[in-house]
Amino acid sequence: MIGRAALGIAAAAGLLVLPFYVPSTWQNLLITTFYYAYLGQAWNLLGGYAGQLSLGHAAFFGFGAYVSVLLQMHLGISPWIGMFGGALLAAVFSQGVGYLGFRFGLRGFYFILLTLAAAEICRLVALHLSILGGYTGIFIPFKPNPWQYQFQGKIPYYFIALALLAFGSAVVWLVQRSKFGSYLVAIREDEDASEALGVDTFRYKMIAYGLSAALTALGGTFYAYYQFYLQPNTVLNINHSVDIMIRPIVGGSGTILGPVLGAFLLELLGEFSRTYFAASLAGLNVAIYGVLLIVVVLFLPRGVYPSLRGWLRRVGGSAE
Amino acid sequence: MTLLVAEGISKSFGGLHAVQAVSFRVADGEILGLIGPNGAGKTTLFHIISGFLPPDRGTIHYAGEPLAGLRPHDICQRGMVRTFQVTRPFQRLSVLENVVIGALQRVPHRRDAIRIAEEMLALTGLSEKARNPGHGLTIADRKRVELARALATRPRLLLLDEVMAGLNPGETDRLIELIRRVHAQGITIMLIEHVMKAVMSLSQRILVLSYGQLIAQGAPAEIVRNPQVIEAYLGEGYAELEP
Repeated sequence: MIGRAALGIAAAAGLLVLPFYVPSTWQNLLITTFYYAYLGQAWNLLGGYAGQLSLGHAAFFGFGAYVSVLLQMHLGISPWIGMFGGALLAAVFSQGVGYLGFRFGLRGFYFILLTLAAAEICRLVALHLSILGGYTGIFIPFKPNPWQYQFQGKIPYYFIALALLAFGSAVVWLVQRSKFGSYLVAIREDEDASEALGVDTFRYKMIAYGLSAALTALGGTFYAYYQFYLQPNTVLNINHSVDIMIRPIVGGSGTILGPVLGAFLLELLGEFSRTYFAASLAGLNVAIYGVLLIVVVLFLPRGVYPSLRGWLRRVGGSAE
Repeated sequence: MTLLVAEGISKSFGGLHAVQAVSFRVADGEILGLIGPNGAGKTTLFHIISGFLPPDRGTIHYAGEPLAGLRPHDICQRGMVRTFQVTRPFQRLSVLENVVIGALQRVPHRRDAIRIAEEMLALTGLSEKARNPGHGLTIADRKRVELARALATRPRLLLLDEVMAGLNPGETDRLIELIRRVHAQGITIMLIEHVMKAVMSLSQRILVLSYGQLIAQGAPAEIVRNPQVIEAYLGEGYAELEP
């Protein structure tokens, strides 16, 4: 117990000083990792714990990005406040999609298709809204001002991304220890059996969806002020939804460490294939990334973290 | 006092009349058996009572309140809980956690639910398997988990759908004993069962369903002598063979 606490403190201290000692490319890598781990954590609540796989989280992400940017550019409202507007709208939108899906009993693939369709509708609508800049997108003018979520250099973004990840993980940790979290897992395992035991499956799925959507939107605001450019075909793209869901799935969905581990592994994998294969043949790095992904999913179907934990238990005897 | 009143319950699936105009009552504190050949509509009737299927016609009152339009979790919350014929343990959860989910129906905090769940595991003889995962349990243990987590919701009326099926004689005897103990705690029980030894020894009254219709009801001794029941279900000579 003491050993574990000491390890935690050492890791936290390491993460706090790390960005000051690594080159800019590494800072970038770490920011992306934390940011995707955070989004993975948000997705994990719905997909991992409640077992409702969403392939449309880009839509919620988009709400967070666009609402905060529009409020800032047109009304001068700080994104630190605007991001909660985005989170609220994302949650409201999720309740609409969730109502359709859960009230009419869509499960498995049908729910996935519904979430995908909802996100695609958002993308197509966004492309035709002139206020969002259509195909050109929106360029956010850069004026360094912490109150406007705009920073010089990467280090502030590093700490924001790290704080987001800590916050998202704390939310998941609290959920996991609560009645709400226990019910989500029961719903994932067997919806009918849960109902029979008094679980209001509709209500709990709706809450999980709303919470997951709101958290995802906060990640969207971060993206907007890290990239300074928003275009519907990237922000609201299905690829983006896949990027959000793939990390918790690879790392181990329904576990608190899964999304974090998944984000680190995929970032390393992506960087490795970019560094060593991108130059030789166009697209080869993406193909290798894909093959490695297939290998992981094929041999560790429940994700890396649960397999790793099982392996550690066997090696370390009864160590819990 | 009457706990459950079902009046004129009918349910069809396309051209199949699964349950036809079935009416019955469950008295507070009794054990009521429900028997009949395969496909007679017993499980369909359970689905209807527990809120998993809406009836085409008919009404159900539980503790004086109509159940129309209520979802299964509402009904569970009111004190009626059912088990499934095909056991459905939460596969990736431990035996203890399976029962905790039931216990959370009555308490908001996990630590209280864990305490209740441990009591239920002790009652059902599962304490040693608390940490085993839901998958990979023997059929007898799966039936016990079904029962333990249903009991953890603190029911007043327990609907048991073939909890004896697939058990060996020793396991059957132990489960009969367990159901007696549950009943002794003041829980009313309605059970679907094919294991005659269990139904006959446990039930104070028995309903007989055949092709969706209620063809007889009465005390076990009357049921085994009822010519209609013998023809539809028990077969000739049953009354002589069994006590």
